[in-house]
Amino acid sequence: MDERITSLHGAGGEVMEQLLASLVLPRFGDEARGRIGLRQLDDGATIDLPAAGELVITTDSHVVKPVFFPGGDIGRLAAAGTLNDLAVMGARPVVLTLAAIIEEGFLVSDLERILDSFAEELAVVGAAVACGDTKVMPPGELDGIALNTTGLGVARRAVSDAEIEVGDHVILSGTIGDHGMALLAAREEFHLETELRSDVAAIWPMIEPALEIGGIRAMKDPTRGGLASALNEMARKANVTLEIDEASIPILDPVRGLSEILGISPLEVANEGKAVLVVEPGASDAILRELRRHPLGGNAELVGRITDEYPGRVILATEVGGRRFLDMPLGDPVPRIC
Amino acid sequence: MTPSFHFSDPKRARELGDAIRILAPPEPFKIVHVCGTHEMAITRNGLRRFLPEPVDLLEGPGCPVCVTPARDIDAAIAIARAGAVVCTFGDMMRVPGSAGSLDDARSDGCRIRTVLSAADAVKIAHETTDEVVFFAVGFETTTPMTAAILLDDPPANFSVLASHKQIPQAMAALLDLPENRIDAFLAPGHVSTIIGTAGYEPWLEERKIPIVVGGFEPLDILYAIALILRQHRDRDPKVANGYPRAVDEAGNPVAQVLIAEVFERADVGWRGIGVIPDSGFQLRSSFCELDALERFSLDLPEPRDEVPGCRCPDVLTARAVPTDCPLFAKTCTPLSPVGPCMVGSEGACSIWFRYGGREAL
Repeated sequence: MDERITSLHGAGGEVMEQLLASLVLPRFGDEARGRIGLRQLDDGATIDLPAAGELVITTDSHVVKPVFFPGGDIGRLAAAGTLNDLAVMGARPVVLTLAAIIEEGFLVSDLERILDSFAEELAVVGAAVACGDTKVMPPGELDGIALNTTGLGVARRAVSDAEIEVGDHVILSGTIGDHGMALLAAREEFHLETELRSDVAAIWPMIEPALEIGGIRAMKDPTRGGLASALNEMARKANVTLEIDEASIPILDPVRGLSEILGISPLEVANEGKAVLVVEPGASDAILRELRRHPLGGNAELVGRITDEYPGRVILATEVGGRRFLDMPLGDPVPRIC
Repeated sequence: MTPSFHFSDPKRARELGDAIRILAPPEPFKIVHVCGTHEMAITRNGLRRFLPEPVDLLEGPGCPVCVTPARDIDAAIAIARAGAVVCTFGDMMRVPGSAGSLDDARSDGCRIRTVLSAADAVKIAHETTDEVVFFAVGFETTTPMTAAILLDDPPANFSVLASHKQIPQAMAALLDLPENRIDAFLAPGHVSTIIGTAGYEPWLEERKIPIVVGGFEPLDILYAIALILRQHRDRDPKVANGYPRAVDEAGNPVAQVLIAEVFERADVGWRGIGVIPDSGFQLRSSFCELDALERFSLDLPEPRDEVPGCRCPDVLTARAVPTDCPLFAKTCTPLSPVGPCMVGSEGACSIWFRYGGREAL
């Protein structure tokens, strides 16, 4: 029979020790970023202070349905989500924490797959797990598994999401809507079949060389709420207008098609491997070239400019030649009924 | 690129925009459409930018849940309070009745289920011995589906509260409202696939204004508007087809027969407009045992359609746009809607709020 998580796995005794020894330490125990690392299983871990720059910290909790989706799983999502928050702050990720809350009865083999994915994404950026935690909840009190990760990174000078000036250019690092639409399509009630896969990926290796060029004023990862939400946040905080050219937003055909069927805009669903960059106009060509050099940035495009026409708002010049405001989405988009 | 995407082709759009500018009259010209899907396409694509100053394009009674009068919602709530399971479309849940919505009734413990189709409601009826009532709303597009269900021997515990409506009669009624000078109609493509262009003639041919059926892609809509303006310039107003790849003169005869077998024309109430002669469907007497109104004896209060301060009646009759309403985007938003046009996803207020249609750019 398939081995399953039981309440003993979260009880802090021998069974939990075995779980750590068999699943966690082999994957994460060899890497440390300080004198005391995960392998010591102490009450905390240490991290060596950087010689210069700023420490950047971020945290995120992850639940996703389904836990395994086309192109990824909750482990990859949790790692990439936190690593990318650091990346768009201009910070090289150093360590992550990993806390798992697991429903009793969850398959151990599924947990292994999730930890493998987490480890793979970490390896991409060379970060380590510093510490972690496991809790087990009785059946029905949690839907499968939830992960929380806190990330710590180092930036020469952290990049905010709002130090924007009129005349700056807006760059997207790749296609928009892949993750959100792949997940919607994977939900069984829609009976949809598609080749579409989530874009979930750690983007630091693409961002780092672009940062080296200089001229990046602001960055943001368009996750929950999608591109529409990220652009509006930037416009509001900086009190400028983001004028976006709809036709230049890279969108895959299957994403467009699903968007038509479900009545959900690709601009309002999550991306998990993309960045919005606001850059000095003089640096925009070089940054675009650098982003495109990386496989994750192959579809990077210049999509807009900063103006002062309607401070705090985003304007969409539509593909057909119209013009409208692109506002903050209200909440999670729901499919059209009629 | 798959073929459907060239319907947003900017070069062709510019050409149509040029044609529209040349054809547009110098005096104010008000075009009314009666379809939420049209409003969605117009607003999402920013198409009003293609219209020169004197040409105005407004949504009238195009959102089926928005025009459902309080009396019908009151009846659905009363049926639910009598113990039946009431099934309806999700959009209907929060539309205000005289005293609360179906959503409120559900919070009070009534059994109200949202369904995606009439067939889902029948499925629910098969799974229970309790009375199940399908609260059927919609125009000529959804009416045949309700008819098909009733002709397909539904279970004995199933009945229908029918609130189906017909668009051409409502268009004619709009023309008779005071302070509502309408110069032309952009007619709905979906409804027209069922009724054909011929479906408008009995009600509107004598009115001598341009009526052009339009599709839902940006270029479809611009093309239909150009046809309208050309009819006006040439003083040749008539019913015309700007959506020939989906619509013909006769419409869908199978659907028309389904409707005629089950329903007959009736005078029904429209929110914001009032009772319009022959504008709705009631079940024929041979189907009276499937009529929820016959099955339940209801004691309904005097209906109250209007919400104080809310200009939905004017929006639904194309006498105002959402931003004319003092509540719009202030106390009335899709998260806490005051009037029906902010509730229904096809309502003009909801669409303007969600797709940045507040100001002309």
